[in-house]
Amino acid sequence: MDILTLLVVVPVLTVIALLFTKDLKQSRFITMIGSIVQLGMAINLLFAYFRERAVNASIMLFTRDLTWFESLNIHYSIGVDGISVALIILTSVVVLAGVFISWKIDDLPKEFFVTLVILSAGVYGVFISVDLFTLFVFYEIAVIPMYLLIGIWGSGPREYAAMKLTLMLMGASALLLIGILGIYFNSNADGGALTFNILEIGKVNIPIEAQKLFFPFTFIGFAVIGAFFPFHTWSPDGHASAPTAVSMLHAGVLMKLGGYGVFRVAMFLLPEGAKHWSNFFLVLAVIGVVYGAFAAIKQTDLKYINAYSSVSHLGMVLVALLMMNKTAWNGAILQSLSHGFMTALFFALIGMIYGRTHTRDATKMGGLLKTLPFISMIYVIAGLASLGLPGMSGFVAEMNIFAGAFQHPDLFHRIISILTVSAIVVTAVYILRVVGMMLMGPITDSHFEHLPKDTWYERAGIYLLMIPIVGIGMLPLWLSNMIMSSLDPFIQRLL
Amino acid sequence: MRHEIILLVLILILLVFEIFTKTEQKKSLIYLALGLFAIHTITGFFQTTDGQLFGGSFRTNPLIHFFKNVLNVGVLIILLQSTDWLRDKVAHLNKIPEFFILLFSSLIGMYFMISSGDFLMFYIGLELSTLPLVALVAYNSADIKGTEAAVKLIMTAALASAISLFGMTMLYATGGSLFFNMISYQLQVSPLAIMGLVFFFSGVAFKISLAPFHFWTADVYEGAPIGITSYLSVISKGAAIFILTTILFKVLPVLSDYWKYIVWGVAVLTMFIGNLFALRQQNMKRFLAFSSIAQAGFILMGVINGDAFGATSIIYFVMIYIFSNLGAFGVVQAISSATGKENMDDYVGLYRTNPKLSLVMLMALFSLAGIPPVAGFFGKFFLYTAAAEKGYYLLVFLAVVNVTISLYYYLLPVRAMFLRKSDDAIPYFKSNWPMRLGLLLAVAGIFVIGLYSPIYNYIVELSKLL
Repeated sequence: MDILTLLVVVPVLTVIALLFTKDLKQSRFITMIGSIVQLGMAINLLFAYFRERAVNASIMLFTRDLTWFESLNIHYSIGVDGISVALIILTSVVVLAGVFISWKIDDLPKEFFVTLVILSAGVYGVFISVDLFTLFVFYEIAVIPMYLLIGIWGSGPREYAAMKLTLMLMGASALLLIGILGIYFNSNADGGALTFNILEIGKVNIPIEAQKLFFPFTFIGFAVIGAFFPFHTWSPDGHASAPTAVSMLHAGVLMKLGGYGVFRVAMFLLPEGAKHWSNFFLVLAVIGVVYGAFAAIKQTDLKYINAYSSVSHLGMVLVALLMMNKTAWNGAILQSLSHGFMTALFFALIGMIYGRTHTRDATKMGGLLKTLPFISMIYVIAGLASLGLPGMSGFVAEMNIFAGAFQHPDLFHRIISILTVSAIVVTAVYILRVVGMMLMGPITDSHFEHLPKDTWYERAGIYLLMIPIVGIGMLPLWLSNMIMSSLDPFIQRLL
Repeated sequence: MRHEIILLVLILILLVFEIFTKTEQKKSLIYLALGLFAIHTITGFFQTTDGQLFGGSFRTNPLIHFFKNVLNVGVLIILLQSTDWLRDKVAHLNKIPEFFILLFSSLIGMYFMISSGDFLMFYIGLELSTLPLVALVAYNSADIKGTEAAVKLIMTAALASAISLFGMTMLYATGGSLFFNMISYQLQVSPLAIMGLVFFFSGVAFKISLAPFHFWTADVYEGAPIGITSYLSVISKGAAIFILTTILFKVLPVLSDYWKYIVWGVAVLTMFIGNLFALRQQNMKRFLAFSSIAQAGFILMGVINGDAFGATSIIYFVMIYIFSNLGAFGVVQAISSATGKENMDDYVGLYRTNPKLSLVMLMALFSLAGIPPVAGFFGKFFLYTAAAEKGYYLLVFLAVVNVTISLYYYLLPVRAMFLRKSDDAIPYFKSNWPMRLGLLLAVAGIFVIGLYSPIYNYIVELSKLL
């Protein structure tokens, strides 16, 4: 079996193994083994990719194509480029960290891990798909487990949050479906057969009117899961109610499907539509960036702060994608990766803090640096990464985005760029405000004086996420080169 | 003709056994009937020859043969799921064989309807399939709701068949023949033909419970025994959709400009009414009734395609729908015969006490809602594709809006079973083997039909014969 299909098969095998487990210990052990294997395969894929890329110049590597529904030309068609490889590594790291963070899940542990692993299988599937139909199937498989994960293991208004999230995301995917059908039925514009294959459609000049019509459907269909303003409202509620590992996986990985899909499907397949609509969607995306940042200032619940910060950071990804140049695109992918690791780390830390203090209200906490030194230090570091401190991944990503954004000389793009940059300042405000309130100062509550120390599995999760954040910050070039080299087909088609 | 003859023989065997079996041993007839019908289902899969009878009134080809097999499997699952109910609730009424005799008679009616080559045979099939059902709906004659449902059913069915008969006479008047292939040659567009189309369509729409002819559905579904409800909602509906597709595609293609308008409007109306009314249902049978109305609206997206691809997607979806709906009804049936509870509130916390049943329900509901990897997703996707192929993007858009609405109510039982906890949840119970086999078949169908594409390819080949 090829190394890409294994990325989906291993989670499936993990699920089957999980069905035979009896209690928490067994199920978390099985899931951990499965996730470690998966991480190993992802790293192996990275090296294999470099080896293969040196000798093979085609857009997608490790391609495999099996006919599925012959009469409609639907294939199970897979392949990866630099962008998908990077995102697959992100996924495997976050999933493994999520398993460590869920070490003590007490209610229905087997079911929790089964659902979590199914979700991750869907995400891997999206990143390896080259066929729109396969991609869409995996996309929906990735979204729907969220309902159970938030609904069963969540907290607060979990039923409401789970339903809202599911309906908004599935509603968006319904729009996406129209976009996909529109693309499919125009994929014979140059005289070929109807096809769902992204690479083949990438060679076709779809009629401009059709592109203009179907681009918004495809774009919004994907962008909603990337917390695109004004369809971001599911995200704060969903994250706040979700259990820790689910927030990590959702903000860290699932929301990346939005930017990935927008880039790979909407923009790549409908380039004229993208050009026609880019200014309109740029305005909405930049509203998301600024609004998310300001909304985060106003929140006191740690999870809401982080959720709105995600809206802001992922808005930046969309802005960068719509800026339509190589530097900005590179920044967008880097930002997806950086935000994935960073926000997963944030949610993990919030989960740990909540597990000890039993509150997520930043105003009720104080002086945690004294009682929880390790967790608090990491929180500070994650915060610095989030506000783009040089040496961390966030800086590399945002630097690229802004450098790309300012390449546009016209007034409209200048305004957009300046607004986007200004969000960085606001980010600094809400990060430092929380750090000051929650970690510094005197201990506000006597309960906080004797909090349990961090455990080995928590540290394992933290280190897993810290290494890439610092790694990308310190050594961005190899990653950046890998992404840059994969941008060529997009440049040819869109610029 | 083999299907019809074997089933007729089955009925006769049961009649004989009914006469010569002692009253206290009648329970064993359940298993006899089950076994015989299982044999009938299996023999159905053997190849037969194509042909015509009665001068073309009755015809058969591999597609029709295949569809009869699908119906057989559906009925087999229903029978498996109904055994508990028959043994516990009906046995003391001393009318077990009659249940099978009536059900099989109705099924023969479906066969005739599907195989019909002219309007006469179609009408005979329609009547034969409906009348035994009325008796079955009121099977528990002590139950007032069941009796009410039966009265409602016979009134609407009589009205519907009268209306479609009226339409048929008009088509006869303009087409000059009752035979389908003669009409398709001779029919010209004329006001009378269009009137005939409208009346005929309305009559069949009653049968499929398309809006605005759906009013009987919820009451009848609620009042009837659950096995009969599932029969009404999958077998009866599936057969009627099949014959409607055949007639619209093959007999009335001349009028396709007109019936496409009708189908478009009825599809939108049916989807919205089915979905919006399903939102607030508490009784699981009513809930599934409105869900099945909405599903019929989706099927019309395949009808509007008008080509072989439309027919493929319809037959494929109907097949998936049969398995999905029988999965859901099976769980309702299992819970109802074990505890007598039929409301959604009673399902609260079910996963923690009866995990397997809840998972079957989950799979069935996901399939109905169209969520991968279960088959419903594939069925719905191909229906959208069928409508989009002819450029009906607005219809597809309204349909996906409806899918999102429907997702809300399909998640309500999931919410009750999985998300909520309850101290007085339905305690653990173990169903009999026929029930478990019935549910297993349904779930296997839900998974296999979608992911295993040769089934789809086979239907693609068959649809060319429509």
